[in-house]
This record gives sequence, structure tokens and C-alpha cells, in this order.
Amino acid sequence: MGLSQEDSTARWQHLDHIRKTKGPFNPPDDEDEEAPEMLDTLGKSTILVIGAGGLGCEILKNLALSGFKNIHVIDMDTIDISNLNRQFLFRKADVGKSKAECAAAFVERRVQGVKITPHNCRIQDFDEDFYMQFQMVVCGLDSIEARRWMNATLVNMVDDDNPDSLKPMIDGGTEGFKGQTRVVFPTMTPCIECQLDLYAPRAAVPLCTLATIPRQPEHCIEWAHIIAWDQEKPFPSLDKDDPEHITWLYQKALSRAEEFKISGVTYSLTQGVVKNIIPAIASTNAIIAASCCNEALKIATTAAPALGFEDNYMSYHGDEAIYTNTFKYEKKEDCAVCGSLSKPLEVDPRWTLQELIDSLATNASAQLKKPSVRTESKTLYMRFPQSLEEQTRPNLDKTLREGLGLVEKQEIAVTDPAFPALSFKFFLRFT
Amino acid sequence: MTEIVMSQTPPILHGPSDKEKKYDRQLRLWAASGQAALESANILLVNSGCGTVGVETLKNLVLPGIGRFSIVDEAVVKNADLGVNFFLDETCLGKLRSKCCTELLQELNPDVQGEWFPKQQEETVVLDKILSDSPTYTLIMYTMPISPEDLAVLQEYGRRHQTPLIAIHSAGFYSYFNIQLPGTFPIVDTHPEAERTIDLRLTKPWPELTQFAEEMTKGMDQLDDHEHGHLPYVVLLLHYLEKWKETHNGQLPTEYKAKLEFRKMVAKSARTNNSEGGEENFQEAVAAVNRNIKEYKLEPTLAEVFAHGACNDVNTKSSFWAVARAIKEFYQKHDCLPLPGSLPDMKAQSSVYVKLQGLYKAKARKDAKEVLEIAESLSGGGNVDPTEVDLFCKNASFVKLVNATGSDQDLSKTFEEQKANDSLAEVTMMPLSLFPIYLALSATTHEPTASVEKIKATAHSRLPAAADDMRVSQACEEVARAAGGELHNISALTGGMVAQEAIKIITKQYIPIDNTCIFDGIASRCQVLRL
Repeated sequence: MGLSQEDSTARWQHLDHIRKTKGPFNPPDDEDEEAPEMLDTLGKSTILVIGAGGLGCEILKNLALSGFKNIHVIDMDTIDISNLNRQFLFRKADVGKSKAECAAAFVERRVQGVKITPHNCRIQDFDEDFYMQFQMVVCGLDSIEARRWMNATLVNMVDDDNPDSLKPMIDGGTEGFKGQTRVVFPTMTPCIECQLDLYAPRAAVPLCTLATIPRQPEHCIEWAHIIAWDQEKPFPSLDKDDPEHITWLYQKALSRAEEFKISGVTYSLTQGVVKNIIPAIASTNAIIAASCCNEALKIATTAAPALGFEDNYMSYHGDEAIYTNTFKYEKKEDCAVCGSLSKPLEVDPRWTLQELIDSLATNASAQLKKPSVRTESKTLYMRFPQSLEEQTRPNLDKTLREGLGLVEKQEIAVTDPAFPALSFKFFLRFT
Repeated sequence: MTEIVMSQTPPILHGPSDKEKKYDRQLRLWAASGQAALESANILLVNSGCGTVGVETLKNLVLPGIGRFSIVDEAVVKNADLGVNFFLDETCLGKLRSKCCTELLQELNPDVQGEWFPKQQEETVVLDKILSDSPTYTLIMYTMPISPEDLAVLQEYGRRHQTPLIAIHSAGFYSYFNIQLPGTFPIVDTHPEAERTIDLRLTKPWPELTQFAEEMTKGMDQLDDHEHGHLPYVVLLLHYLEKWKETHNGQLPTEYKAKLEFRKMVAKSARTNNSEGGEENFQEAVAAVNRNIKEYKLEPTLAEVFAHGACNDVNTKSSFWAVARAIKEFYQKHDCLPLPGSLPDMKAQSSVYVKLQGLYKAKARKDAKEVLEIAESLSGGGNVDPTEVDLFCKNASFVKLVNATGSDQDLSKTFEEQKANDSLAEVTMMPLSLFPIYLALSATTHEPTASVEKIKATAHSRLPAAADDMRVSQACEEVARAAGGELHNISALTGGMVAQEAIKIITKQYIPIDNTCIFDGIASRCQVLRL
């Protein structure tokens, strides 16, 4: 059911008025930008939203009310009761249903004339051909790995001979009262991977602390999670969303805490530590999602200059008054995705290869959980295929300098199944 | 007779309630106390114009579960509303906007009560009457445009009932909101970053702590590697501080150069002939020197609390000021604040750490008890809530007064200051002031569709010095461009910011702005000014 031309004109009058009226900050050379017939550009473009959670729900609403008519949304998650305090397109009766499908249907019902196609699956389930159909990608994700994958895919897709292959990526993230918006023009401006070190993984508690000298309630919970669970295997596999499993961990943690006279283990803390829960509220999502969509609208039209080529990052802090920092993040020449140089990797030459591999998971500028490693001339460790894994496994116990003959400034290439298109280049720096 | 065995009952292992599950992600920010405050809040929105920014704000308050809200809005839903306001649909056309928005907002959270005014179309809104017929509002928000008469009614209500008011204006790519708090607004639970709150009292240890450290380090050279490598850094630092004082006339290494020397001394004392080739606890000790060994100084925000007139008012009825006065007396007597009592994690044997933690907790309890006694004696007995004292003692350094000066800022003075900052912007690398946006937007407070000439004239008559300012001119042009229309994104973003501030005010947690936030959707940034 479409709207009559008259109704449509009346409905979008505020947005259209801004688009038709030039402002003092529009580039002076764009004489006839946004002529009346240009207003339909938004209706013709197709935009992709990644994530239909806290940010995603807001993003879908905002894009629909910014005049975008063709929207796709990808999310593999189902609705949980703890989503309802902010993911405002869902109700209690929706718990257990697909986020992408519920969110798409809700916004389609509410806003006449918008078409939203849901995809209840992983972003990795699609190939470049799929992503090629969009003019822009807006990400509302809580996973760094998914962001990195999407970013790498969009950078790889850029073909200098085909301007349509360049898909601007707008990325939002929140934590508590804080959040950030980033705009990436793949290959042209700094990408998500260039900024990887901003998301340094939390330092893990040493295993020996968990095993022998716990001091904090978190140590008891991690002990239950990592050690007790493995020893006792109370259920076939750990489902962090199953209250029965969390209760088991909670009880284990609690009795360990009592043994060591540590206070503070609660169900809520157990859940928080095991699932690595980040506090999330409606208002912060509203701020960041709207900031992302404001940039999307500015890029898709020429209503005002957008973030991207100059300032490309806005961080928002709401705990102590309000503070925003909008700045230009620089491109990194040693970025694994959009740069050409290799990155330094600090290692102790006495380390075994296994220790080097373990360090890649926690190293802020690598964050690779299942790496395979090779030098230019030699395969050091390969996880796949199985035959190669068996062949290279003995190397894991060899030391870097003595055992494997690696030298200072040695170039190594690291691959990881999470980022199949990428090879991360490092050069060793002995400590 | 059956003997009843009184055993220690294990803690009840019940999972979270449905409400705790629903609100889990926010309870981790403001806890049950903040949630209870939200659930007893009653909020009024006086809506107007395009009508989106206020409704978006309410959305962000209904979701976390405020108790009750009301919308006052005379408008009837038009086609143009449906292009900008998500809480309306086709069936709303021709109906009262207040009612339609209330219903679609309420649907978000069955725990929240919604109410709307007027009840019938074409019924004139009499704001006075609505206010006097309703239970007292916790907070009132109003959007621009607003008539001078309605504005006066709301401001009078705010004064009479001590109700915070928030004025919100969103047009085109710009917005601002202004918070009017009833007098000084103290916040105890400001949620500073965890590492800022660490107070180990290394330069001023109490006897039990000193004794504990002495016992642990007595003959420490004879300890085996395992024990030596598990001495908590607090104990190590207390030990080496004593040694330092012996050779430095009893002085502590609080100066920069002395600190460097002291760090070297601690680092050198670590064993390196062990299997790890070093000791983690000594590394932690060295790293903790800078932050923990310094002259004790009051945070300026707390000094402001102590200097405030209300802090010396013996007849105060406010429990905040009663406790603040007690803390001030405690501070004057002991030359330090009550101990917050938390101990960060550090390498140590479990039992040693727990014992040390117990020392800090016991001292904190003792200090809090003393503060409670002072507060009770000051208030003439009773009437002081021990949990309030505990919270205050724990956060004393970071207690903050918002709107402490209470005086209105002079607009021309602010303009001059902002201009002066802007003239140095290239050197200081600071972004340019957003004050011109406020000036231009507020020139359309009563007349949203004013022409650019009219907007400039209004701005210039309010602030003659702005007459030949290029950035003010541009802002006026940009405001005129919007012709009073809201862009959904800008209103959604502003609604998020206002909701965050409303939550901070209602829960009295975190720190609200003082008092105006201006947002520029073209440059994508905000600025907070006191106006």
C-alpha cells in the first residue's frame, strides 16, 4: 500500500525542506544539489544494517524516518528478556523469536512505504556479491570480531575501476553512558582495523591465581567457569544463556569463595563475568544510533557535510556531565587490512611457539584466537588441514630462537579462521 | 522434644526475578536504589511544534521503567507528524497527538503508567489546572516553541515544588537543552572511575595497618621465594617507606625526584635469582608509587562542599548537609577523610589478602561510625540514616555539587569568553564554540518559523555584541533553514541525551550537566555551557 503523492509530500515535508534548502555549511560549488527530482535518491538506495539489537532497533527506526525505503538487516540472535529494557521493537511475547525478523516487521508496520528485509543468520554466511548490492553499511554490533570481519570484507571489495564498489561503513558502539560513532570510507580513510588497539582485550587473570590463590569473587567465578566445569562436566556443553548452567557455576563459585572467605559472589556477578556483560541502556543507544544515522543521511544526501574525510570519529561520554570528542583518527600504514607494512610483535626469544601463539590472543594489536603462523619460507604451525596440523604440531614446543631459528626482525604471516580473507604480517622484535 | 538444630543456612540460590532479568543491563549501572528512584518518578512533558524530541526522550525513560508520565499537547496528528515521529501511525491521523503518543509509548513497558492532556480535541489546555490537579511531578520537560505564559506557569511550578525543569529545542541539524535545577543539587553517588577511588593511606597508616605490615616484613629476607613473592604490595610499600624515612629525616618521598629514587629502591629490593627472574609483587609496588604516595589534598569538588554556606548551617533540614557537616568536622579533626575501605586486587596469598582487606573494611566501618556519631550530635540526636553516612563516607572525595553558584550567567560575558577561546582555537586545538547555535535557536523559542532576518534581529537585540559576528549569522541562517522542522535523527539523539540527564537527576547518580548542552549535527559534537 503506497501513499498518494500528496500525502507523501506532506509526510516528508520537514526532511524534504531541509534537503531542498541550502544552508550556510553546504559546499558553495554544489549549485543545484538536491533539486526536487534528486529527493528520490534515498528511496532508490539500498542500505544494510548489521545487528538488530540495542543499536539496531534504533538504527532501523531512524533510517525509516530519514527517508530510506530499502533496508536490509542481519542478526542471528533471538530475543532475550534482558533485551526489553532498550530494544524497543520487542515485547515480552517476542522472547525467543528472531531479532531481525521481529524488528523488520515492526518498523514496516509503523512506517508506511519502507521495505525491510530481515536475514536471520551470520554476516559470514554471505559473500561479496551479496554485500555489493548495498550503497552503505551501518553497524550496531557488540562484537569486535564481527566488526573486523565486516570491515575487512568491505575494504577487500573496493575495486578502483568501479566506484560503486566503495561502501561507506558507519559503526556505532556503546557501553553504559558512553559510546562512539565512526565513519569509514574503505581504503580511503582509516578503517576499523587501524583502530584495533582501542579495544584491547581485558587482561586475563593468571591461571595459577584462579587455581591456588583466589582473592576476588571474580577469581572464584572464573575458577568455576574454566577449571571446575571442565573437571566435572555437569552438562554436555556450557550454554551461557541457560539459567541452570549459570546456577551451577554460581554454586561452585560460591562454595569456593566460602572456602577462602571471599565475599561478593552473586548470581548477577556470575552471569556478568561468564557472559562478559556490558551494561546497556536505551538512552545511550538512542544517542549513538541517531548519530550513525545522521551521518548516513548526510552521506546519502548532501544536506550537510558528514564525518569521514576530516573528522571521522565521535566519542560520547555521559557519566560525568556530557563530553564529546570529535576528531580525525589517522590511518595506520601497518594496518593488517588497509595498510601495506608489517607490524612489530614483541616476543621473548626464549618463548615456545605455543607462547607466541597464546600471546596473539591478548595482544591488543592482534586479538587473534586461532592463529596459524608461517614465515616466508617455512610453515611453523597450521591448524588446517589436519595432516598439516599433525606435521607442524611438534613446533609448538620449540623455542623461537634456539628451536625454530627465528631471528630479530623476522617476518611472520599469521592467519585466523575468523578472518579468512586476511593475512596479518608481523616482524619479530626480541625483548 | 525434638531438638532444633540451628545450622548456618546456605544462601538462597534463587535466580533473578523477572524484573531483575528485564532490567539486568541497567541495574549494573544504577543498582536497585537507582531503579527504585526511577520507578517512583512522575514526569511531565509539555509538548509542541513537531513534537518528536520530547516523545523520543520519554521513550528512553519508559523503557528503563519510570513510574508515570503525562503528555500535554494540543496538536492533532497531521501527515507531517508521521514522517518524523515514530510513536504515531496511520490510524492516528486526525486524533489527539497527546493520546496517540501516550498509548504507543505505554505499549513499550507495561510497568509504566501514562496519562495525556487535553482529554478532548479542541479543549483548550489550561496548564495551571493540569498541574494543580495532578500528583506532584518529579521532573518537567517542555519543548520549544512555548508561549511565554505557559513558560511562566512551569517556572513558577518548578520554584514552588522544587521540581527540576528541562527545556528542549530541536530544529534541523541543531538542538540544545537547558536544565533548571531548584537550587544546589548535591550528588553523593557520582560513580568515579574505580582506579581514582583507591585510597590506601600509605602515607598515613593507622596503627593496625602498620602493625600488620611490620609483622609480615619482619625478617623478610629469610622468607622463601614463594612467600617473598607473595607479600602484598601495600605491605611492601609500607615497609620500604619506613626504611626511606630512616635515611631522609622522617620525610616521605612525595616529591617527583624522591619518588623516582624510592621506586628505584623498591625495584632493587626484588629478588631476581628466583625461577621467574623477578617478582610480580615488587613490580606492582613500583607501579603503585606514583598514585599512592602523595601529599593528601582535598578534591576541589569536595572543598566546594565544605565551603558552601549550607555546610555550616546548624539548622539544616537536609540530611545531605547534615552528613557533609559531620564529614567536615571529621576532616578537621583527623586531617583526612573517612577511609573508603576498598582494597584493589594485588598479588598475595588468599588468606593474607582477605586479612588485609578486613583491616581496610574495619577501619572504614570505624570511621563511618564516628561520622554517624558526629552527625547525630550535630542534628541533636537520631534522624541520621546510617546507610546514607556509609555511602557518603565511601564516596566522600567525589561528592559533587551541581548548580552550586545558583546565579544566572551574563549572556554577553559568556559570549566574550567564548569569542576569546575561539580566537586561540588554532593554538589550543580546541573546537570552536557552539554558543552561536544556542543564540540562534533560542531566538525562535516563541516563533519557530521566523525568517532569517527576524532570527538575526532577535538574536542581536538580545546580544548586541553578536551583531557583526559571522558564526552567529551562519547559525541563524542554518536555524532559519529548518523552518521549525525537526530531523528525526537529531531529535532522537537529543532525546537520548536528555533522558540520560533525567536519569542522573532522578537517581541522583552520576553527574548531570550544569546546565546547557548544545548539539551541532553538522560537526557532530556537543558543548556544555552554563547559561
